[in-house]
Amino acid sequence: MILRLLTYSRHAGAWAATVAITLFGLAVLTFVIGRVVPIDPVLAIVGDKASPDVYQRVFIELGRDKPLYVQFATYVSGLLHGDFGQSFVTSRPVLSDLLDFFPATLELSTIGLLIGMVLGIPAGVAAAYWHEKWPDHLVRLIALVGYSVPVFWLGLVGLFFLYFKLDWVSGPGQLDVFYQGIVENRTGSILIDSALAGEWEVFWNAMSHIILPALLLGYYSLAYIGRMTRSMMLDQLNREYVLTARLKGASEFEVVVGHALRNAAIPLVTIVALSYGSLLEGSVLVETIFSWPGIGNYLASSLFRADMNAVLGGTLVVGAVFVFLNMLSDALYGVLDPRAREHLS
Amino acid sequence: MSDKPLVDVENLHIAFPREDGGWHEAVRGVSFSLLAREKLGIVGESGSGKSLSSRALLGVLPEHARMSADRLRFDGIDLLQASPRERRKLRGGRMSMILQDPKFSLNPVLKVGRQIMEAFRIGYPALSGAETRRRAIDMLEAVHIRSPERVMDLYPHQISGGMGQRVMIAMMMAREPELLVADEPTSALDVTVRTQVLSIMDELVTRRGAGLILISHDLKLVSRFCNRVLVMYAGRIVESLRADEMHNARHPYTRGLLACLPSIQSTGDPLPVLQREAGWANPEGQP
Repeated sequence: MILRLLTYSRHAGAWAATVAITLFGLAVLTFVIGRVVPIDPVLAIVGDKASPDVYQRVFIELGRDKPLYVQFATYVSGLLHGDFGQSFVTSRPVLSDLLDFFPATLELSTIGLLIGMVLGIPAGVAAAYWHEKWPDHLVRLIALVGYSVPVFWLGLVGLFFLYFKLDWVSGPGQLDVFYQGIVENRTGSILIDSALAGEWEVFWNAMSHIILPALLLGYYSLAYIGRMTRSMMLDQLNREYVLTARLKGASEFEVVVGHALRNAAIPLVTIVALSYGSLLEGSVLVETIFSWPGIGNYLASSLFRADMNAVLGGTLVVGAVFVFLNMLSDALYGVLDPRAREHLS
Repeated sequence: MSDKPLVDVENLHIAFPREDGGWHEAVRGVSFSLLAREKLGIVGESGSGKSLSSRALLGVLPEHARMSADRLRFDGIDLLQASPRERRKLRGGRMSMILQDPKFSLNPVLKVGRQIMEAFRIGYPALSGAETRRRAIDMLEAVHIRSPERVMDLYPHQISGGMGQRVMIAMMMAREPELLVADEPTSALDVTVRTQVLSIMDELVTRRGAGLILISHDLKLVSRFCNRVLVMYAGRIVESLRADEMHNARHPYTRGLLACLPSIQSTGDPLPVLQREAGWANPEGQP
């Protein structure tokens, strides 16, 4: 019993150390990026009309005169205290900006991922089951288009037809002006907030706004998830335990879903986590096109205004999300794969 | 033994598409029958079509294989006319099959107990969960597994090959099939447990009065467990013998195989090399 607790705590210790080292590496990386990019943060604040005196004062205020390692130490200790610095543009702490913008991204990419999973996994399974038949060709064609067509082009085309021409969905933004400010912000997600408040009109308006960008992200994640599901299922369906299941008299559905997919699900966890990560980070283009007040939009506009604290803070958050998703998929591996479970404990 | 055959196969052909658009004939006109309670051995080298012939019987040929036969019957049921659904009902219930290596033939992410219980669940969906579990444990006992309750909760990678193969036997004998095909059931196992696993299988088959088709490349082993032996070469049956009359084999291929068996009394001279003649692959080439 004690031995078991010891191995558990050792395991947890090793895990925590891995996370700490990864996050530290992330901090080093963002710090280095901040120094390497040809942007003068002092100039960004004072503007190019300021006198040398003012420039010098701000230069010292920002700690730029100190050696690099001291600057790095100040940066890391700030991060540890939740201080990501001030945004020059919004004049607010970067952290509170990020907390405001992140939920919108999370909402959009979560719905996108759900669409990608709900459609992508069955599509991949069907393609593998009917290998080299029409469902396979169809899924491969859909995935190929998803891989090749630029997201901004598809986004603009979608807006042009579905919003401008047909008026089936609402345009850019999260809500129509008419509905803004009705629902109190509690979770950061307008869909959840309005549902909680029982404001269904607001809810459906938000829905009509989110559906197009979410479908767009969902399509790209479908292309990836579907393709990977297909190749993993092809691998599993050729295994001998699949023949065993058929010999037992199991139905084709049981064979494919109960046996083969149950095995393919193990590597799929990583695929889905990676896809989620890239949706959270890669929604920059989609958020820009749809004026979605998310972290991608925030990052892009900060970058255009040379607001380095905001850019680095956003990068750090995206990186941390990736680390977290990787940890989560590692943990799920243990749940799904009895062989991995043994290695871990 | 009744006179009505349990399995009746006539002029079975199985072919695979070749790269150049032609067909490669893997099984070329195989005919055999099996009486109820009879034990039939099929011997031959890899690629001789011995596994394919029995997989055709169970309806689990690879998808791209093309099959034709004059007759393919199981207990009077015409398998050529049966729908996929009817054939699925037969599988696991009235006929089943043991595969070569439990390392690959058991599902790695499902507990052993669950995989055995699945066989019962498919056959008897009305059984309660507890009753299904009890029967699965009984089955594990029947294949001489000690502490079956514990083994029920193990995963395939946690048990040995011999135990895995006994689990496989338990799973495939669960619904008391009338025909069991064992495709090289001991080739992947340690020599020390081979006899034990085979005896357990033999015991179950004999006690339940099932017919057995034992596929192997091991002539000696097959002649020990079976009543009758078919020798296959290049997709054809070249010889059919009673197991106790192996020494009367007439076909040069069978005689060659027999001559290659090492024995304790042998002088230690090099074993003879198996000679093959192209003519054996043709029907006219049969003596």
